[in-house]
Amino acid sequence: MSMSKMVVTLIAGLLAPWAMAQDLHPMLGQPIERLPQATIGPGGAGLPAGSGSVEEGEVIYRNQCLACHGPKGLMPGNALAGGVGSLSGKQPNKTVGSFWPYATTLFDYIHRAMPYGREKMLSDSEIYGVTAYILFLNDIVPENTRMDATSLPKIIMPNRQGFQSVYQISNSD
Amino acid sequence: MLPKNGLLNRRAFLAGSAGVVTSAVWAGSKADEPRRSGSGRAMSAYGAPSKYVGLERLQIGGHPVAPEAGSSSTPLEKLNGTITPNSLHFERHHSGVPDINPIRHRLNIFGNVKRPLSFRYEDLLRYPLVSRVLFIECSGNSYRNLSPKAPDQSAGELNGLFSCAEWTGVPLRLLLEEAGYDAKSDWIVAEGADAAGMNRSLPIDLALEDAMVALYQNGEPLRGEQGFPLRLLVPGCEGNLSVKWLRSLQVRKGPAHTREETSKYTDLLKDGSANQFSLRMGVKSVITAPSGKMLLPTHGVYEISGLAWSGHGAVADVDVSADGGRSWQAAEIQSEPGPYRPTRFRMPWRWLGQSAVLQSRAIDSAGNIQPLRAVAMANVAPGFAYHYNGIQSWRVDQRGRVSNVYE
Repeated sequence: MSMSKMVVTLIAGLLAPWAMAQDLHPMLGQPIERLPQATIGPGGAGLPAGSGSVEEGEVIYRNQCLACHGPKGLMPGNALAGGVGSLSGKQPNKTVGSFWPYATTLFDYIHRAMPYGREKMLSDSEIYGVTAYILFLNDIVPENTRMDATSLPKIIMPNRQGFQSVYQISNSD
Repeated sequence: MLPKNGLLNRRAFLAGSAGVVTSAVWAGSKADEPRRSGSGRAMSAYGAPSKYVGLERLQIGGHPVAPEAGSSSTPLEKLNGTITPNSLHFERHHSGVPDINPIRHRLNIFGNVKRPLSFRYEDLLRYPLVSRVLFIECSGNSYRNLSPKAPDQSAGELNGLFSCAEWTGVPLRLLLEEAGYDAKSDWIVAEGADAAGMNRSLPIDLALEDAMVALYQNGEPLRGEQGFPLRLLVPGCEGNLSVKWLRSLQVRKGPAHTREETSKYTDLLKDGSANQFSLRMGVKSVITAPSGKMLLPTHGVYEISGLAWSGHGAVADVDVSADGGRSWQAAEIQSEPGPYRPTRFRMPWRWLGQSAVLQSRAIDSAGNIQPLRAVAMANVAPGFAYHYNGIQSWRVDQRGRVSNVYE
């Protein structure tokens, strides 16, 4: 084999896998018929219809949440309320009110993971109600609040500015 | 000439008389087995460890009212080399291990993509696969060493939320390209199919760089505890990011700030602020022998041996000290180093009854040096639990008892 032909063969050999990558890709993904439930981010995109009040939320909380989270969300170890001002102290108490930066996270988490062991039993409106009640327990919303897809993303949490990201973050959907 | 700290040059060790090298685990062997007559056990379909080898996960424990929400640890002190057997890989579940039929399972890619796509398990098995030896470390590994008094526990009980396997899977990049991801969307939310629907946001840079949808673990299909039928695997990053029982990937703008990346897995600092998305695990090492709760049976030569790893690249060096950090010597790196791949280090040591404090200090290819415990804890709030990578210290007392200490 001549030198030049050998060089051409070598180069072709190096390029071939790259050039053929598309042809070798199995492309077996099927179109999705029904889109999965989106994770709810700070912008609130994907929040469902429905609404719930603090008052409605308190009833659901008493029946579904209180056993683990305690009256008014104050069960030590599982606390949802309290702890404001404790983060820089000797016994930091990280709760929804003292620590969580976004209220939308509350809806997303209850919607997927609560009540523990009976997940997915609450309706969207019931979740709005429980969310409103937990925010009320933390003095973040007044008692006459009704929560829905429009009002929830507008809540400014007390510790909103309490985080610095190691990774660069853009504004979230 | 024997140095006072007992650390021995590796070459001298190999050339000279090695003396009695006894593993504390196997101390007290009995008389020889007799010459054998009569045949042994027949072949078996799926092998099991020898009945003489007691291997179990450690620290199996969950929430008081939800035992399946918790963790178990790898018995690091009972293993050698770098690979964790599948049955002993550490576990961390947020609502137990779901029973998922792979025939019905789908991986959906949606959100900011041109073509929302659904992948069947059997189809993913047909994709070009990659195999890599990688560690997974729970973000909360070694948290017991943050308590005010050093717990008298073993290497695995303290540091065993760490395991290593050869993982085989589909490069995530291939699937994202097939779906036509939006180039302006910078994050992906991965969601699991467990009852917790565990979800985490992942920078798309990491997804495209080297993340995979893992299908095999040390050669066999994933174990249920590790996400069967498929899991996300993000090399070098905190274990929670490698979502198990992966069911969907949502391409989006910005992170979703899920519960597991705000309320949990963030690092509260003394000033009351918190670091978020500290995804890469720090450079770290642990001596597994001699280690906590072992007893050195006789005076003589022992091999100090352990594991080192980093989420910022490969392990470059491991130093060992036998005098609580007053002097250090470079250990031998015996396994092939690679990015996010643990290495096994070894160093011979002569123990003549002197009290000693054994320590290891790893340095990675990015130049990071494993910090002292006090340095690792300097800026974090009391009661913090994540991303701790301080140096582990083992005291050997004059009777040969090895225990966990803070130095």
